[in-house]
Amino acid sequence: MARKKKTDWSKDVFKVLKKADVQQIAYVPDAGHTSLIKMAIADNVIKPVSLTSEQEGVAVLSGAWLGGEAGALLMQSSGVGNVINMLGMANECRFPLLMLVTMRGEWGEFNPWQVPMGQATEGVLEASGVIVHRVDEPSEIAETVEAAAKLAFEGGRMVAVLIGQRVVGFKDWTK
Amino acid sequence: MAARRKITLDRRKVVANILKDRGDLLLVTGLGAPTWDAASVEDNPNNFYLWGGMGGAVLTGLGLALAQPQRRVLVLTGDGEMLMGVGGLATVAVQKPSNLAIGILDNQRYGETGMQETHTEHGVDLAAMASGAGFQTTSTVYNAAELKTAIPMLYNTPGPVFVDVKVTAEDQPMILPPRDGPTLKHRFRENLLGSI
Amino acid sequence: MATKSNTKYTLQRRKVVHRILEGRGDAAVVTGIGNAVHDVASANDDPKNMYLAGIMGGAAMVAFGVALAQPKRRILVITGDGELLAGIGSLATIGVEQPKNLSIIVIDNQAYGATGNQHTHTGRGVDLVGIAAASGFKKTALITTNAELQAELPRIHNKPGPYLAVVKVMSKSSARIDAPKDGTYVSRRFRAAVTGESA
Repeated sequence: MARKKKTDWSKDVFKVLKKADVQQIAYVPDAGHTSLIKMAIADNVIKPVSLTSEQEGVAVLSGAWLGGEAGALLMQSSGVGNVINMLGMANECRFPLLMLVTMRGEWGEFNPWQVPMGQATEGVLEASGVIVHRVDEPSEIAETVEAAAKLAFEGGRMVAVLIGQRVVGFKDWTK
Repeated sequence: MAARRKITLDRRKVVANILKDRGDLLLVTGLGAPTWDAASVEDNPNNFYLWGGMGGAVLTGLGLALAQPQRRVLVLTGDGEMLMGVGGLATVAVQKPSNLAIGILDNQRYGETGMQETHTEHGVDLAAMASGAGFQTTSTVYNAAELKTAIPMLYNTPGPVFVDVKVTAEDQPMILPPRDGPTLKHRFRENLLGSI
Repeated sequence: MATKSNTKYTLQRRKVVHRILEGRGDAAVVTGIGNAVHDVASANDDPKNMYLAGIMGGAAMVAFGVALAQPKRRILVITGDGELLAGIGSLATIGVEQPKNLSIIVIDNQAYGATGNQHTHTGRGVDLVGIAAASGFKKTALITTNAELQAELPRIHNKPGPYLAVVKVMSKSSARIDAPKDGTYVSRRFRAAVTGESA
């Protein structure tokens, strides 16, 4: 099943983030990000920052960049709704912002309450000036994040990688 | 910060205890486990379950409490959900709804996403935050005796009341109530207002 | 009920901010939206000032990010009560992370000064010092007099944090002193100043 691939792509993505010299990883947990968060916590260079709300993360990474460090923000698609106003800062100041968003509310979704935000995610990000890369094939996630990191940190842009629910796997509602 | 004490309470038993003599209580539950906990007791039409809207349970309860001042309103939610909308405590405290009580099922984890630790695992004291926000009645509950004292507060003490119940961080079987939003809304309103 | 509750406070916000910034040394300063920008800019348009003229609720977290990236430097947040309330969960995040070099100064006029002096929650019983302490801040203070401000300066500038002080001030705003508005300019200037790298 797709679920089993979760750890594999996470490892590759983590390598990409390390290579991009990401030193702060801010997150609100999502099941799809479980492995990546664990690796961030275990790493002795990366500072993991657990947030109460995703909007805090946009501000933290703006500060990180002001202080000379690069960062990444991990969240679920529902969290995209929480960051919109705060994105105005990254946009106005042209801060690099790399967001890795695991999708809900689409492929095989069970919970109807996840569907509105999941379906709106790509549109509201683009309306806010974020460049969106979407990836649905596990083998392409790492290279997509690598490209997004380059566009964010070197191109000075806000970039979101949407990792499809098809890759992350269905939420297991039968446990 | 709260002193570290042993956490022994089982969340399902806590919720069953709280809802045992609920009378005509209106209940709002935060997404995830509190919703499953409430459903495990019974699927009551006076329950409004949030299946999303993380950070919004307390404010949903506030709006309901203001609209229904004669009815007791209880919000049961998790620590992660509460933290995401923690500014809501200040908004509630300013409104001083005497009929609103908030119960946190605080397992110090994001239970739905892999049991990652929340801020309450690291010393953030939600009851003290509520107190700082202006709640006159707050409590942190660690054991059955304290829960026994706290339950009448949830029902009878003039609100807003805030009770942080520390519960163990174990996965429980999922007991899923209806999840169709319009169905939940119509059912709740029809039961409360006599029409939709 | 407009502004009755804060007539009892006598500190003037601009003098408070100037007093604090006199001793800033090489500290970096992040301001919240609104009057805090004018207060800080009126002291000195230092390149190590990051003026946030938007993103209500984000100042503390921006400063926290800088504090992580610049652990040897003191980072000061100068912001208003309404701005902090809009991102109040960030106090819990900072309380967990315990950045030693971060001090948050809340200039509390108990009103949304930029939009017509509507009451904020702090004029109605919300205690930001209590919330900070509940969030795990090691040191907190409520400042209402010049003597108290003077006594807190060492904690603001030097002692291990995270630190938060609420300074109760009169609701009257001082004259607008505009800071550079262009975010790209201010942010690159700031980054060059604190990292020593060219923008």
